[in-house]
Amino acid sequence: MIQLIDVSKTFHSRNGTVQAIRNVNLEIEKSDIFGVIGYSGAGKSTLVRCINLLEYPTSGKVLLEGIDLTALNEKKLRRQRQRIGMIFQQFNLFASRTVFGNVAFPLKYKGLKKREMKEKVCSLLELAGISDKARAYPAQLSGGQKQRVAIARALANDPGILLCDEATSALDPQTTQSILKLLKDLNRKLGLTIVLITHEMSVIKEVCNRVAVMDKGRVVEQNDVFSIFSSPQAQITKDFIRTTSNLPRIDELMEEKSSIVQLKDGERLCRLDFYGAHTKEAMISWISREYQVEASIIFANVEVLSDTVLGSLIVILSGSAANQNSAVRFLTDHDIRVEVMKSA
Amino acid sequence: MPEILRTWLPHLMEYSEEFWRSIEETLQMLLLSGLFSFAAGLILGIALVVTREGNILENKVIHQIIDKAVNLFRSIPFVILITALIPLTKLIVGTFIGVKGAIFPLVVGCTPFFIRQVDMALTDIDHGLIEAAQSMGISPLGIIFRVYLKESIPALARSTTITAISLLGLTAMGGAVGGGGLGSFVIRYGHNRFYQDITYVSVIVILVLVSIIQFIGNVIIKKTSH
Repeated sequence: MIQLIDVSKTFHSRNGTVQAIRNVNLEIEKSDIFGVIGYSGAGKSTLVRCINLLEYPTSGKVLLEGIDLTALNEKKLRRQRQRIGMIFQQFNLFASRTVFGNVAFPLKYKGLKKREMKEKVCSLLELAGISDKARAYPAQLSGGQKQRVAIARALANDPGILLCDEATSALDPQTTQSILKLLKDLNRKLGLTIVLITHEMSVIKEVCNRVAVMDKGRVVEQNDVFSIFSSPQAQITKDFIRTTSNLPRIDELMEEKSSIVQLKDGERLCRLDFYGAHTKEAMISWISREYQVEASIIFANVEVLSDTVLGSLIVILSGSAANQNSAVRFLTDHDIRVEVMKSA
Repeated sequence: MPEILRTWLPHLMEYSEEFWRSIEETLQMLLLSGLFSFAAGLILGIALVVTREGNILENKVIHQIIDKAVNLFRSIPFVILITALIPLTKLIVGTFIGVKGAIFPLVVGCTPFFIRQVDMALTDIDHGLIEAAQSMGISPLGIIFRVYLKESIPALARSTTITAISLLGLTAMGGAVGGGGLGSFVIRYGHNRFYQDITYVSVIVILVLVSIIQFIGNVIIKKTSH
């Protein structure tokens, strides 16, 4: 649906030139929820602005269902832009207009009758779950409510695509959850293609199917969310994933020589990574029964990503060395990655 | 009542007819030149803002021309500007004295000030709003009217109030060099003949006018701020 082909954007300023994005190639499928993650300054906001040409790429092409947007004149581009809704971190609502007025804004001069307009706006407000605030002004709303209004407004032109530029970054965790849920619902109900920019891996984890990781203007890694989490390739991706689980704490504990990780003779500290199917099976009780190997769990982290389970455990194994070896072999045979972090 | 007024304000009563006429002239100058300055200032102010680098109708040449012209005219003291404009005023209006002759220089003196005010008001609009409108496929003209102007109504009302009050000051100065109105009235009688009652009453009249302008401005600001 959306294709970026070799897109680059360079900004020129008095202090020199900045290459905000470099040779980015992306393909976003229809009805997908596509995430772009990166630290601030990685170029992700510029990238999303290149999709609806709020920023003109310095080179490269942007295709929307095969139409090259960069080749269109202003007027034709404006028509194409109406097929792409956009929401922002700072909501960008019109303070002088009511909630109703904000949502009606893109619909004006579209030849709608007053009654049709009213119905349309009301149905959009309902879709976004903010019908009760139609007469309020933006200044009277909370952050989450403002973003709902912005979503309703962005959907007024019935776009097939919604671009979200850090749409939840100004919201508290609970509100973030509710907005993400709304986006997911819209994706399911309307078949809306969503492109979501964020610096929080938890947001990606929550809603995205596919993700591109950006660093210094480049897309360093691109995959479905499950693969990104289960086998990250780039260092920056690994760093992002660390932020979403408590497992990295084990490194700190080992460094601090905490009593939790003090091993008795013959014990091993292991990290077990589970993927998909086997996660549901009772591997831990199996090894204790079959091999008399006790596994005491120190940390556990279980993610559900696009309906697949991804789990990691940090355990201390105790039992005879031979039995432990058999247990590890058994786990490895069942596609569980075992890493011995420390043994005594 | 008239007796008391004659006792306390002898000269004003003597020249009361002229007094009323000069108030009328002041109002004429204020309204006419205000109207022209408002229209010209708004149009040029918008042009100044939207042609700025990175804005919706970026155009370096137009932006620089307006910007430099505003700076030039704002740096000329008004009394000198009137004098300098005399040939042009004569050419355009046919005369350079009285109310008629004052309006053109007043517009020239007031417009650059208002352009800067409009510039400030519109530049204050969050660029995110412009981006949001652009992302909806709104045309530049639509953005000017439905975002820039609509969103800055309170700020523009404030600018207009300030400009109108300073314009009132200019009309009085115009009076000093051949224009009509309260300025010339006070110079002729209050200053040259030292009729102090005329000066004081005129000050009160100006004060009332300023208060009315400020009041109207405040009402509009209050009604349009949310």
